[in-house]
Amino acid sequence: MSLLEARHVKKSFDGLEVLKDISLTVEEGEVLAIIGPSGSGKSTLLRCATMLEKMDDGDLLYLGEQAAKSVSGQAEYAKTADLKRMQGYYGLVFQNFNLFPHYSVLKNIMDAPVRVQKRDKHEVKEKALRLLEKMGLSDKADAYPCQLSGGQQQRVSIARALAMNPRVLFFDEPTSALDPELTGEILKVIKELAAEHMTMVIVTHEMSFARQVANHIIFMENGVIVEEGTPDHVFSSENARMQSFLGKFRQD
Amino acid sequence: MDLLSIVSQLGSGMLVSVEIFFCTLLFSLPLGLLVAFARMSKVKPIQWLAKLYISVMRGTPLMLQLMVVYFGPYYIFGMRISTSYRIIAVMIGFAVNYAAYFAEIYRGGIESMPVGQYEAAKMLGYSKPQTFIHIIFPQVVKRILPSITNEVITLVKDTSLAFVLAVAEMFTLAKQIAAAQTSMVPFIAAAVFYYLFNLLVAVIMEKIEEHMNYYR
Repeated sequence: MSLLEARHVKKSFDGLEVLKDISLTVEEGEVLAIIGPSGSGKSTLLRCATMLEKMDDGDLLYLGEQAAKSVSGQAEYAKTADLKRMQGYYGLVFQNFNLFPHYSVLKNIMDAPVRVQKRDKHEVKEKALRLLEKMGLSDKADAYPCQLSGGQQQRVSIARALAMNPRVLFFDEPTSALDPELTGEILKVIKELAAEHMTMVIVTHEMSFARQVANHIIFMENGVIVEEGTPDHVFSSENARMQSFLGKFRQD
Repeated sequence: MDLLSIVSQLGSGMLVSVEIFFCTLLFSLPLGLLVAFARMSKVKPIQWLAKLYISVMRGTPLMLQLMVVYFGPYYIFGMRISTSYRIIAVMIGFAVNYAAYFAEIYRGGIESMPVGQYEAAKMLGYSKPQTFIHIIFPQVVKRILPSITNEVITLVKDTSLAFVLAVAEMFTLAKQIAAAQTSMVPFIAAAVFYYLFNLLVAVIMEKIEEHMNYYR
């Protein structure tokens, strides 16, 4: 059973078709990287998959459960309570972190598991401290987000998402707001998660990173999937558009 | 007449002024939040009603509003109004007036919150009330505190408007004593009272701001 299955996703903003019939599946333990030029619709795809945005048409299934169903050309979403439960299956790491500035690092990580999932405070705290250690931030538990560098903030936000025990973790350009030095620390963390077989969907501009970490790559442009497959397949693609996009990347 | 006896005569008026001050805050701060919600409502009629309310409250003098609240029940409904209703009318008038100003301050604060905070909360499964109470509102309070301080300081001075309903707040007494004694001293005492009161307000609000300065 696929953890995530999206079929024929369509989305327009004010008549502008941003996603034109996109389908993808994510299997347990898989790392899917979505690449493509700016404005290709990759972030919108991620926002539709995480239900931050409602798609116009298409099917969306989490662990085989139908979150949205295409009914005569329109996406029909399940009941709010069911959607809420399905939202618990995944987490999202934002481009600009979106940590809660008034909470300490530890509280940022612990609050939702305790308040929302009603888990035991001690168990959650142990887990949070373990995650912080893994992120190399053990000494920052009592710090506030404003006292951390961008890279540290992003690692806290990864820990915050992981503390919810998601089945899938989405990343929306997790390094775009960071300088190259800080980018490295985030990519290292994601690689470690991949080595532990965490299921991940990553929208990224980091080509070499996508190639190293992903089992499956989707290249998008103008709201359609131009090329997809294993990293080797995509990076050696004969597709002209893919070639020119990668050509620019190779020159860099 | 020496200063001490003037101050002691003004004492009961000071208490009334302080009472008006605290009751106004007690009622108008929560009421303002409700009005702000109405103002931001997606239901158009509710939004219009809130807009009209804010527009009238801000667009007419508070002194006039106090008179409407006090005399209105008699002229509109023919109700008998007792003198004990005076202070209640003052409180109602102040509360509904200040609620309109606070509502706009709340709205400004709430609308300035980045959408990412809501999205992060949604991704972590917070319900809408949880998101507002635990994530959004504490940050809004920090943002609007300087504007709130402004209004609170204005309120201290506005309490003198209660004289219009013959409520014996401090300034009413100061004027009476000044007229009886043909002396400026009661006015100076009044000025000192307002100034010290506001100094206290400013210091307390600054302390609260400092207290919230642990994050940006």
